[in-house]
Amino acid sequence: MAEVRLAGVTKSFGTTPAVIDMDMSMGHGEFMVLLGPTGAGKTTTLRLIAGLETPERGDILIDGRSVVGETPAQRDVAMVFQQYSLYPHMTVRENLAFPLRSPVLRTPPDEVRRKVQQVAETLQIAHKLDNKATALSGGEMQRVSIGRALVRDPALFLMDEPLSSLDAKLRADLRVELKRIHAELGATLLYVTHDQIEAMTMATRIGVLENGRLVQIGTPREIYEQPLNLYVASRLGQPRINVLPANLFPGAPAGAGTIALRPEHIRIGQGRPASVVRIEHLGDQTRLHLVLEGHPVVTLSEPDLDLEPGDTLPIEPVNALYFDAAGARIA
Amino acid sequence: MSSFSVTEPSRRLKWIAGLLVVGYALVTLMPLMWIIATGFKSSSDSIAYPPKVVFEPTLEGYVNLFTVQNRASPEQLAANPPETWYEQIVHDKGMMISGPSRFGERFMNSVIIGFGSTFLSVFLGTLAAYGFSRYRVPLKDDLLFFILSTRMMPPIAVAIPIFLMFRATGLSDTHAGMILLYTAVNLSLAVWLLKGFIDEIPREYEEAALIDGYTRFQAFYKVVLPQAATGIASTAIFCLIFAWNEYAFAVLLTSGTAQTAPPFIPTIIGSSGRDWPAVSAGATLFLLPVIVFTILLRKHLLRGITFGAVRK
Repeated sequence: MAEVRLAGVTKSFGTTPAVIDMDMSMGHGEFMVLLGPTGAGKTTTLRLIAGLETPERGDILIDGRSVVGETPAQRDVAMVFQQYSLYPHMTVRENLAFPLRSPVLRTPPDEVRRKVQQVAETLQIAHKLDNKATALSGGEMQRVSIGRALVRDPALFLMDEPLSSLDAKLRADLRVELKRIHAELGATLLYVTHDQIEAMTMATRIGVLENGRLVQIGTPREIYEQPLNLYVASRLGQPRINVLPANLFPGAPAGAGTIALRPEHIRIGQGRPASVVRIEHLGDQTRLHLVLEGHPVVTLSEPDLDLEPGDTLPIEPVNALYFDAAGARIA
Repeated sequence: MSSFSVTEPSRRLKWIAGLLVVGYALVTLMPLMWIIATGFKSSSDSIAYPPKVVFEPTLEGYVNLFTVQNRASPEQLAANPPETWYEQIVHDKGMMISGPSRFGERFMNSVIIGFGSTFLSVFLGTLAAYGFSRYRVPLKDDLLFFILSTRMMPPIAVAIPIFLMFRATGLSDTHAGMILLYTAVNLSLAVWLLKGFIDEIPREYEEAALIDGYTRFQAFYKVVLPQAATGIASTAIFCLIFAWNEYAFAVLLTSGTAQTAPPFIPTIIGSSGRDWPAVSAGATLFLLPVIVFTILLRKHLLRGITFGAVRK
């Protein structure tokens, strides 16, 4: 467990800025998720904290101690890589024991055996301990890779899109698993993803990144309900938030350039007429693709709503989000 | 596997491919087989016409290779009855052994110089290749080109300057000198080959090891080296084959102490007529270490593509 603080951290590769002036702090036992598209600087932030990159400016503090000059080994962090990075010439057992046998920890053999066994059982890979690391399925590899972080008792866990290369079912299982492990260990965890579901379900707080800058930080609920700008608003929500000219509906506040509508902001039954283009039945929900004065709108509807393409349907906004021309939230 | 699979060749094609391979193997192995067989022939069988394929094997060639012999008078022969099987062979020709030949020494020289320079080339080559592969080296491309450029002409093209340098520095006819020379020639090949292999090893492994609590050198030693084993083994084989077979520099720069087997073997011909069995015996023994070395490292060569724990 540890507190982590980033103060004005800046890093660029050549002339391309990767992380710009980042300020962030994480408390003990927090599960922080950094959310953003590819190239937003999520992975670079992790690597800076891990010590695999050196910041150009700014300071990184773990438990109040500046770690900028320290090697990754000295920082006492564990990291799970997106691409597993299991040592291919070792067995699962050797992979899990590797951090324990490091010159930093020098764990006695008995304890190595005990800890490896314990972690393997937690992650349900005990029966694969003597397999070569290469003779595993993707899901097993990623569990070993998470296990390699868990066998230690590091100050901080860093996870770089650990679930992104797994199939949907496994991803859902491991999501629950990770959350459970986090609750059990009470560890501080920084998790990077571009998957909004992972962010929403696991995070105690979400940090949204755009082009190397931390745009907003808050609980999943805050980020979803009170986005600071249009970019953050469009990061979360399925189906994606609808962005329309503000003057399409009456009642826009002064200065509003766009109105953004999530499905729950759209009330069907009165208001402006929109025509139905397509209806998608997804089982648990039904998606309506509408067109309102040439602007596409996607919303949800009751499954039993009897509609066909070409029908007309009046809609109106409820508690919508308004943004000015530059994208900043005004209401 | 179904025989209708798209990638599976037809039965007939397999037969043709098999025949071609067998034919090619025969063509390449025939001279080798002939050398090995000649080593076990008697002098007269070795030059018989038409050539003998079936013959009575003898170790005469091997005995001649390892000993120096003198013609002896019948009295001398009678006074010194043969005590061992090899003395018997020599005795039967009306000769007597006056001492061991230099083949053993020359062979050891080849071993020391060949394996010594191979070890140095691979050791230095691995470190240099790792450096070029992982660090931002100033003028990296120019340096790599410069390293490669040392191979752009045959090494023997610089024979005269090297001869003069060796004479001036006292390296002529020394083991150290030959190891140094062969290492210098092999190093460029080693750096380039190994850099290719190390480039293929994802950096994430080392990064994972760094975070797992290891130093940069430990990460190199524990994670990179085992995975570069394939590359190191094949590089070592290439280096050894060059150093082991090298003839021109060996003739030029060695004559006594550090003479290797290649310049020595032809001198056997002159000592007592055309002794083809002895020459063939020398050549056979000379082939063995390289064959054994290659077979020992074959496991690593074949192990090849086990990189798979990182998804690309």
